[in-house]
Amino acid sequence: MHGSHATGSPYAPHTDAERSRMLEAVGVETEADLFDIPTAVQFDGKFGIDARSERETRRLVRSILGRNSDLTELLGRGHYGYYVPSLVDHLADRSEFLTSYTQYQPEVSQGFLQALFEYQSLLVELTGLEIANCSMYDAATALGEAATLAERVRDTSGHRVLVPDLLREGRRSTLENYVAGTDLEIEEYPTDDGNVDLAALEEQVNEKSVMVYAENPTVRGTIEESLTAIGDLAAAHDALFVLGSDPVALSVLQRPADVGADVVVGDASVLGLPTSYGMGLGLFATSEDYLRQVPGRLVGVSEDATDRRAYTLTLQTREQHIRRERATSNICTNQAWVALRTAMHAASLGPNGMVDLAERGVTRASDLAARLDALVGVKAPVHDRHHIREFVAHVDQPAAAIAEDLEKRGFAVHVVGEHLIQVCVAGVTDERIDSFVAAFEEVAR
Amino acid sequence: MSERSDDASAAPRAEGVRYDQARYVENGQYEPLLSEKDLTRVEIGAEGDETDDGDGGDGSDSPLPDHLTRDSLELPELSEPELARHYTRLSQMIYGIDSGPYPLGSCTMKYNPKFTEDVAALPKAAVHPDRSERSLQGTLELLYRLQDYLGRIGGMDAVTLQPPAGAAGEFVGIRVAAAYHEHNGEDHRDEVIVPESAHGTNFATAALGGYDVVSLPSDDEGRVDLEALEAALSEQTAALMLTNPNTLGLFERDIERIAEMVHDVGGLLYYDGANLNALLGRARPGDMGFDVMHYNVHKTFATPHGGGGPGAGPVGVVDELAPFLPAPRVREGDKTKSGESTYELFDPEHTIGHVHGYQGNWLVLVKAFAYIARLGDAGLSDASAKAVLNANYLASQLEYDIPYEPFHHEFVASAGDQDAADVAKRMLDYGVHPPTTKWPEIVSEALMTEPTEVESKGTLDRLAAAFNAVAAEDDETLEAAPGRTTARRIDQTSAARNPRLSWHAIGNTDDE
Ligand SMILES: Cc1ncc(COP(=O)(O)O)c(C=O)c1O
Repeated sequence: MHGSHATGSPYAPHTDAERSRMLEAVGVETEADLFDIPTAVQFDGKFGIDARSERETRRLVRSILGRNSDLTELLGRGHYGYYVPSLVDHLADRSEFLTSYTQYQPEVSQGFLQALFEYQSLLVELTGLEIANCSMYDAATALGEAATLAERVRDTSGHRVLVPDLLREGRRSTLENYVAGTDLEIEEYPTDDGNVDLAALEEQVNEKSVMVYAENPTVRGTIEESLTAIGDLAAAHDALFVLGSDPVALSVLQRPADVGADVVVGDASVLGLPTSYGMGLGLFATSEDYLRQVPGRLVGVSEDATDRRAYTLTLQTREQHIRRERATSNICTNQAWVALRTAMHAASLGPNGMVDLAERGVTRASDLAARLDALVGVKAPVHDRHHIREFVAHVDQPAAAIAEDLEKRGFAVHVVGEHLIQVCVAGVTDERIDSFVAAFEEVAR
Repeated sequence: MSERSDDASAAPRAEGVRYDQARYVENGQYEPLLSEKDLTRVEIGAEGDETDDGDGGDGSDSPLPDHLTRDSLELPELSEPELARHYTRLSQMIYGIDSGPYPLGSCTMKYNPKFTEDVAALPKAAVHPDRSERSLQGTLELLYRLQDYLGRIGGMDAVTLQPPAGAAGEFVGIRVAAAYHEHNGEDHRDEVIVPESAHGTNFATAALGGYDVVSLPSDDEGRVDLEALEAALSEQTAALMLTNPNTLGLFERDIERIAEMVHDVGGLLYYDGANLNALLGRARPGDMGFDVMHYNVHKTFATPHGGGGPGAGPVGVVDELAPFLPAPRVREGDKTKSGESTYELFDPEHTIGHVHGYQGNWLVLVKAFAYIARLGDAGLSDASAKAVLNANYLASQLEYDIPYEPFHHEFVASAGDQDAADVAKRMLDYGVHPPTTKWPEIVSEALMTEPTEVESKGTLDRLAAAFNAVAAEDDETLEAAPGRTTARRIDQTSAARNPRLSWHAIGNTDDE
């Protein structure tokens, strides 16, 4: 230790002697003299927050979080707990990555810019679309941004945004907020056995539609079978086809560009983050037709003064710090570090690992469904579809009671209807799945 | 790099500073792309037999029918040691807060305490949002306590933690204002007033909310022009968005009068919390008459910026607006039989709904909670005191003109005849990060500088020496900078004119 500072911020390095010399240089006696705050609005109370040592603070947080039960989570519906390799934690936690700011000085930020460029490239490969930005906040806000993009690029007189009736409440509600300042209106179209009800959608889409949104896989884990037809339908009415997905599913499912998707949104942090109470990474990819209308930051290639390849944030005239109220989005701080983690996780899997992870999601979900289906009082899967990662099961007992009983045995599942539960295998080991089936057998009958 | 000089008079000579940012080049590249190290194509659905790089066959035996799958996936397939070196090399080409001072004005680049990473990495923090409330009591308690901390710090009655960044917090503020006015039958209010010197997100957020933006000039002193405000306010006013201290670092002395004027026409007063680090423990937005505010936890509460995010932008409101906050929030439930507190989620009565799919950037919120709990009252108010002292001390050592005073945690110097962007590039050669440039526009060639409380006198002296050395240099030198960074000056125009946004767009085979 140098000098003394008994109380105060542990992260302010000033010794008493330095502080005195600084005050002297400025020409005041104490820091208080530097504040130009009218007396009437000065605060002389206390927050009533006690300072703690680092060790005490760690203990406090550990004891608070200790109240979370230890459960094996068979949970998904848009947020997944895949195993994240140690490589990701250790390298993403290097403080140059963690503690740097947005790359407004690209000459000292080449490493982060390149990592984000590689992230964008990963999404370009997965979606087949030419442009991916380097992040939105999460899947819900990415969907909201897609709708405002649709409003800007479609100059039909229309205002209808069509979304599936099964869309998660958090996504639906976020979308409503994003379009609240526009003329857009959100309308539901029905699903049939989990997937888009194509006939019903056909009736609903018309020249007033600016956007059709579908998810693959759906929130219930079913794999969509009529994407090309949906894409054609949207195109025929000059509506934007927006597809929700994620990097694991995209590794094997139909490539969005091949089914006519104009925009792909979703949560990219299925790779890179463990379950994080819903914290995510908004994936946003689109066709180069909409280059000037893309929300969020883009990293591009350029050259430096020595003619070597260098990376930089580009096309910034779309963004709020330059375009202000005419910007394509209000986003500033984004999820860059999560994008780095996602890129690292994907790189560590490689294409073989990614395909394998996705395919195991298919086989393991169908295996588990078959095992549950064999139990008394259970029918699984409810939907006669292909599934990835998760599926819905019918239980004869009330679903809420089943979920509660399972929780007592250490397992968390979704309740999605009075007699419907939803189960996800992502990140769950085979041993835990065996125990889960055993527990299920006890509670389901 | 940073010798501690205890002699105040001995300003370090700038030419004594040595800086070279990991400048080596291999095969003409700072670091090849992953795709230049390997690309492997995996065929899907077929019996694997082909590959493009002679690496042996890759293919999957898909459990799905062909018409539901893509044909192939082509990505780098590298080993863990190769990847560890790749990312380590990339990290060497990044300047972070642990590399040196980072005085970006308005960004509050504080040191990020290491232990906060450890608490966010606790296995018990890795929870799924759809678990039962009963099994998530730890998460809910932490959120509840953070809501409470932030309410006290800002002088606000109710807090939501959902917004994932400052701009998202602004959006909540604007949506809450809209819902409130609509609830009172006043949905004719269609204007939001924003000072010209405000951050771009204020304008963009108001526009996203469907409002017309009325821009407000500053007076000669750099503060809100009350006459202009009077003229701008009307029955159409939904809200005024203000930062205080403003982006020049000046406290809006007339804040009480401003609040009264806005409230008199039925508008709401919004506080952009980006500059809260100036005020901790000395003044609270709630006491100044603000109705709604966001906290920028990746600034004020030291959570790492992560190269651009994630952050968190919780929003606090006065009682009257609490029913409109996003859903869900956390409150205390009944005590258990053994007297333990319980916590539950609830939807505010007239909620605007969600602005994020779940509850925002949870892991960031854990770090913010830990930071506040570590510092407590004394640490928080000392942080502000030292942040303001540091800005004033640094300013006192600079040769550049600083037109507006008295500033608090940040000041805006003018580069005068020099181009502020070139000044920034040249500062990189002195081993420091430059300030924010060319904003706010009210100062010509602005150098917006915020050292934060974490810099020592020695570092501030080194920073001042860098500013002063650059101030004495000619335009030619500035335009040629930087010369000691990994990459030299980067051509922005060609990047924008010929956008190449993925490795697919540049070809993988060779240098262009
Ligand atoms: C004054 C001001 N307001 C708002 C913001 C936006 O905050 P965020 O980047 O967290 O969205 C910033 C930060 O960049 C800022 O400096």
